[in-house]
Amino acid sequence: MKVLVAVKRVVDYAVKIRVKADKSGVETTNVKMSMNPFCEIALEEALRIRESGAASEVVAVSVGPDQCTDTLRTALAMGADRAVHVYAGATPVLPLSVAKILKALVQVEQPGLLILGKQAIDDDCNQTGQMVAGLLRWPQGTFASKVVLDKAKNVATVDREVDGGIETISLDLPAVITTDLRLNQPRYATLPNIMKAKSKVIKKVTPAELNVEIKSDMETIQVTEPPKRKAGVIVSSVDELIDKLKNEARVL
Amino acid sequence: MQRFFATRRAAIFCWDHRSKQRASFSTSLLFDDTQKQFKESVHQFAQENIAPHAAKIDATNYFPKDVNLWKLMGDFNLHGITAPEEYGGLGLGYLYHCIAMEEISRASGSVGLSYGAHSNLCINQLVRNGTSAQKQKYLPKLICGEHVGALAMSEPNAGSDVVSMKCKADRVDGGYVINGNKMWCTNGPVAQTLVVYAKTDIAAGSKGITAFIIEKGMPGFSTAQKLDKLGMRGSDTCELVFEKCFVPEENVLGQEGKGVYVMMSGLDLERLVLAAGPLGLMQACLDEAIPYVRQREQFGQPIGEFQFIQGKLADMYTSLQSSRAFVYSVARECDNGKVDRKDCAGVILLAAEKATQVALQAIQCLGGNGYVNEYPTGRLLRDAKLFEIGAGTSEIRRMIIGRELFKQD
Repeated sequence: MKVLVAVKRVVDYAVKIRVKADKSGVETTNVKMSMNPFCEIALEEALRIRESGAASEVVAVSVGPDQCTDTLRTALAMGADRAVHVYAGATPVLPLSVAKILKALVQVEQPGLLILGKQAIDDDCNQTGQMVAGLLRWPQGTFASKVVLDKAKNVATVDREVDGGIETISLDLPAVITTDLRLNQPRYATLPNIMKAKSKVIKKVTPAELNVEIKSDMETIQVTEPPKRKAGVIVSSVDELIDKLKNEARVL
Repeated sequence: MQRFFATRRAAIFCWDHRSKQRASFSTSLLFDDTQKQFKESVHQFAQENIAPHAAKIDATNYFPKDVNLWKLMGDFNLHGITAPEEYGGLGLGYLYHCIAMEEISRASGSVGLSYGAHSNLCINQLVRNGTSAQKQKYLPKLICGEHVGALAMSEPNAGSDVVSMKCKADRVDGGYVINGNKMWCTNGPVAQTLVVYAKTDIAAGSKGITAFIIEKGMPGFSTAQKLDKLGMRGSDTCELVFEKCFVPEENVLGQEGKGVYVMMSGLDLERLVLAAGPLGLMQACLDEAIPYVRQREQFGQPIGEFQFIQGKLADMYTSLQSSRAFVYSVARECDNGKVDRKDCAGVILLAAEKATQVALQAIQCLGGNGYVNEYPTGRLLRDAKLFEIGAGTSEIRRMIIGRELFKQD
């Protein structure tokens, strides 16, 4: 079985985000970019599935500009067997377009499992996994905190983190899984694997080759920074604090 | 979500997180993608596994007892970067070795120094000069981190003038008997495998030097007490004592009387790899100074707003980046097989002197706090000073460069 993993290149989680002066978006020039942390978790899960013997190959895919190959190199260094870069140029690709691209790639690659991060930390959309499952008419296990594959029955058992607790569901393969924070702790690229990744293949395709038209049906009007926090006050006693909470903040 | 992740990861990799909040340093001209990834990976490893121990190593003068740093680094494949894969190495070149040396030294100068002595002075000398039997016997354990390696050339009365060494090896049936002392041997107290130079023919001067592989526990070989150093504390240094120490014939490294070649060619590469140590220390200085001047306020504004402080940062940054450019371009040349003696001396001459200056500037940026041992800048200064002395003093390096230039014209 083959596992396809979608990985997204985003502004590194530790970078202090700055909004562009013209408010058209977030500043990304000279900013450190990394693999979306949820995608790292997705890739880690795919690698563990392969290591358990339930899968034979892990293919990483990323949609975006040339620099996406950096993210794919990281994926290869972590242990993915090969990578596909869907070249979309500098135009932003919205979740539905990504889902259509992934659907087209699934039809080419025929994986038994498609794993994605539940959302990207830049746009926080949390849509792609659900959309691609819908387009493919595959069962989906979103917000996975545990994944168990039963190769004989061709079934995946997924624990989902829902508001009330943990929901356990069973999916017939092929299926889509999106990963939550607590699923695993992603590995680092080891030095030998970084060197091995050099000789692994990154295949480049365009959306047109996959018969997908990238349409932007959304216009960003403006991006602004969150309002600055106002300075707090120091209270002299617990009574004063309770009074303020009751009468000023009205939270008690 | 971005912010949420920053907090979550901060808890796990607090050092890493801090470092990423610092200014970005362009290395895109120096490294290709794989090299950048290699650097990032060693950085993560070093910040998580080495940096948290750095202050304690300095304060106690010992490596941590509860974790085996050497084994951890071995598991991470750091020891055998320039060693062939058949012995457990990575089969890479000096550029990669310098990247690792820089990132380890950035986390802890003394771990960096011990790492340099182990991986370059000992392992790489065995790789370059050992027979296949010697490599088979010694390299795997050194590379996996089970054994610690060292190299000894200096003596109490033969430092810069190392060729005047007095330690002698007399030929006997089946091998040699070594008598004499070696001084300032990095890793000496803990090393299982040591490369030691001794005179097999006193009268022949430099042509009478032979290199030997010494094992801990050989009868007649002992180590004296470890030295109490200004900096690089925890990176153990000691005197080696040889009293009628018998060394079998097969432990000669290279050929009898050809030790000076082993030594001098090794010294060129040693200077190159060690030059990445001060790079790491300079980076560590900026890692400390930049967040501090952003945060520390005087006269109602962050002190980084003041031009005097900005000037210091600019000088520190350009010292680091220019040294880096020099070190890595020479490393690249060495990987292409062009080892130039004056360049190898030049990189460490420049980087070492700059590192001491940068560390002084970092202390100045931190003011009173910089002078307090609660902050790491004092340690960085004490560590940096070593590189102006070890692997040939700055004076010897200038002499080498001047002599080579004069000779060529």
